[in-house]
Amino acid sequence: MKKFMPLILLIILIIFPLVYQNAYYQHLMILVFIWVAIGSGWNVIAGFTGQVSFGDAAFFGTGAYTAGLLAHHFGISAWWGMAFGGIMAMAVAFPFGWICFRLRGAYFALASLALNEVCRHIATIAEPLTQGMVGILIMPTFVSKIPYYYIALVLAVVSVICVQFVMKSKWGYYFLSIREDQDAAESLGIDTHRYKMVSLNIAAFLTGMAGALFMNYMGFIDPEVVFSLHDISIMAILVGIVGGVGTIYGPAVGAFVMVGVHEFFRTGFFGFFKGMAALTGSDFLNIAAKYISHAHVLGFGILVVLVILYLPNGIVGDWNKLVGRFFPFKKKEAAT
Amino acid sequence: MEVFLQTLVAGILKGGLYGLIGLGMSLIMGVMGIINLAHGQLMMVAMYVTFVLSHYLGIDPYLSLFVSMPALFFLGVVIQKYTLNPLMEVDSILPENQVLMTVGIGMVLTEIARFIFTSDYKSVQTSYSDATFFLGEISFSIALVISFFIAVGFTLFMFWFLLKTDTGRSIRATAQDKDAALLMGVNSKRITVITFGLGSALVAAAGTVLMPVYYLFPDIGGPFTRKAFVITILGGLGSTVGAIFGGLTLGLAEAFGATYIGMAYDDMIGLLIFILVLLFLPGGFKRLTKI
Repeated sequence: MKKFMPLILLIILIIFPLVYQNAYYQHLMILVFIWVAIGSGWNVIAGFTGQVSFGDAAFFGTGAYTAGLLAHHFGISAWWGMAFGGIMAMAVAFPFGWICFRLRGAYFALASLALNEVCRHIATIAEPLTQGMVGILIMPTFVSKIPYYYIALVLAVVSVICVQFVMKSKWGYYFLSIREDQDAAESLGIDTHRYKMVSLNIAAFLTGMAGALFMNYMGFIDPEVVFSLHDISIMAILVGIVGGVGTIYGPAVGAFVMVGVHEFFRTGFFGFFKGMAALTGSDFLNIAAKYISHAHVLGFGILVVLVILYLPNGIVGDWNKLVGRFFPFKKKEAAT
Repeated sequence: MEVFLQTLVAGILKGGLYGLIGLGMSLIMGVMGIINLAHGQLMMVAMYVTFVLSHYLGIDPYLSLFVSMPALFFLGVVIQKYTLNPLMEVDSILPENQVLMTVGIGMVLTEIARFIFTSDYKSVQTSYSDATFFLGEISFSIALVISFFIAVGFTLFMFWFLLKTDTGRSIRATAQDKDAALLMGVNSKRITVITFGLGSALVAAAGTVLMPVYYLFPDIGGPFTRKAFVITILGGLGSTVGAIFGGLTLGLAEAFGATYIGMAYDDMIGLLIFILVLLFLPGGFKRLTKI
C-alpha cells in the first residue's frame, strides 16, 4: 500500500483540474508544483549534500529572467526559457560553486546569500538589459490554467524522479558521505569539491527551470519578485525543512504546506478575520485582518524557529514521532 | 590628492565602527562555532532603542549607550539561552540548524520592528550631526570622529577583558577547545550565553554611535549582517585581531569604491573583496598575523 501511495496521489492530481474547475485552487496547485521543483533542488544541495544554500532565488531569478529576456529582446517564445533557464542558472552556479565551495557550512550559506543579493542588484542596475525595476511583461500563452497545471505537474514529477534517480546512483552516495563527514569522504578518495559542484548544478538546473515556468505562468517579473530573499530563498529553505530534510518526498509535502501557510496569511486566515469583522462590525478585527495580511514574513520567521526547535527533520522525516504524539494508541500497537 | 585624503579619512572612521561590528561577530563565531546571521538585526534593534530614547525622552544618543548595550546584552542572553542552546540537544540531519535559527530570529526581529515603527525612514537629529571641523583641507564630521573614538575605546576594553579577566580567559579557552575547557571547570554553556550577550552588546554600541549620522529602517539589518560576514572572512574565522583589520579594510574599500567607482556598487565591493580574499588569501588576515 505504502509503495503505491505516490502513484495514487499522482492520479488524483492528474484528475483534479478536470473534476474541480476552480481557477483559484488550480492556481495554488500550480504554485505548489513550482515549489516542489525548487524544494527538490534545494534538498539535493542542502538536504543530501549538507551545503545549506540561502541563495536559491539567484538561480530562480536567473531562470525567470532568461525566459523573460529571450521573449523581450529576441521575440522568441518564452517557453525556450524552460531549457535555457536551467542552463543559465547552471552558468551562474558554476563559477559561484567553484569559488565558494572553499567555504564550509555556515560560511557557504552566507556566501550564497550574498550571491542572491548581488543578482538582485545586477538585475536592478542593468536597466538596458533587464529594464530594472520596471520589470518584464510578456503575454501569457494560454488563457486557461489547465495547460499550465499539467506542465507544472510534469516539472514537479520530473524533479522528484530526477532526485530519486540521482540519490540511488553512485553520485547520491557521494553526496550523503559529504554531508555526513567531509574529511572522511575526502580521505576515501571522493573529490568532494567536484561532487559538491555536481550537486549544486543539479539544484540550480531544477530551480532555474522552475523560474522559467514561473515567468511563463505569471507573465510579469521584476527583481524584487524573483530575487526576493524572503519570498524565494527563505521559502525554499522552509519548503525543505518543513517537509523533511534529506527525504525524497519531503519537498513535495513541504511545498503543499508552505503554499498553504503563505496563502493563509495573505488572505487573512482565508478571509476569516474579514468575515468576522463584517459580521460583528468590529474595527479591531478589521485592523487585525489588515495586519495579518502583511505579516507573512513574520509568520515565516516564527515558523522557522518553531520547526527547527520541535520538528528538526520535517514532516516526512519525523513522521513516526508526529504520529506517536497525536495518536498515542497507534504507537502502542506498533510496540506490541 | 585632497579627494584621496578625504576618502582615506572617511574610510578609517567608518572602518573603526565596522571593526566593532566584526568583533562581536568574531567572538560569537569563535565560541559557538556558528555564524550569527541575526547580527545586523540586533544592531537594528539597538538603533531603534536609541531612536526611541532620543525622540521621545530627548536623551542624547551617546548617553543612550548605557541603555542600549545592557538591553541588547539581555536580548542576546535570552536568544542564546532559550533558542540556540536547546538546539544542541536536538538531533537533526542538518548541521547548520543553529544558523538557520539565527536567520529565523533575524526575520522575527525585523518584522516586529516593522510592526511597531512601520517601514518609514527615521533618523536622530542632534546639534552635532552635521557639524564638521577642518584639519588643513580635510573635513572631519564631529559625530563620526566621536563614534570612531568610542568604537576604538570599546575595542580596547574588549581586549583587556579577554586577556586579563577570568571570564575573558574562560571565553578564550572555550573558543580554543570546548571539551578541554569543560574539563578544566569552565561552565561552557554559561560562557556561550555570556558571549552571545557580549557580541550583541558590542554590535549595539556600534549601532548606537552610528545613529547620529545614519538613518534607520527595519531592513537595515541585512546589509550589516553581510558586512559583518565579509569582515569575519577578511579577518579570519573567529580571530578578534583579524576582525579589526577586516573592519578597517572594508571601511577603506567602501570609501574608495564610493569615491572612484560609484555609490550604487556599495554591496558589490564587499562581495568583490570577499571573492578576492577567498581566491588569494583563504583564511584571511589570520594567516598573516597568526593570532
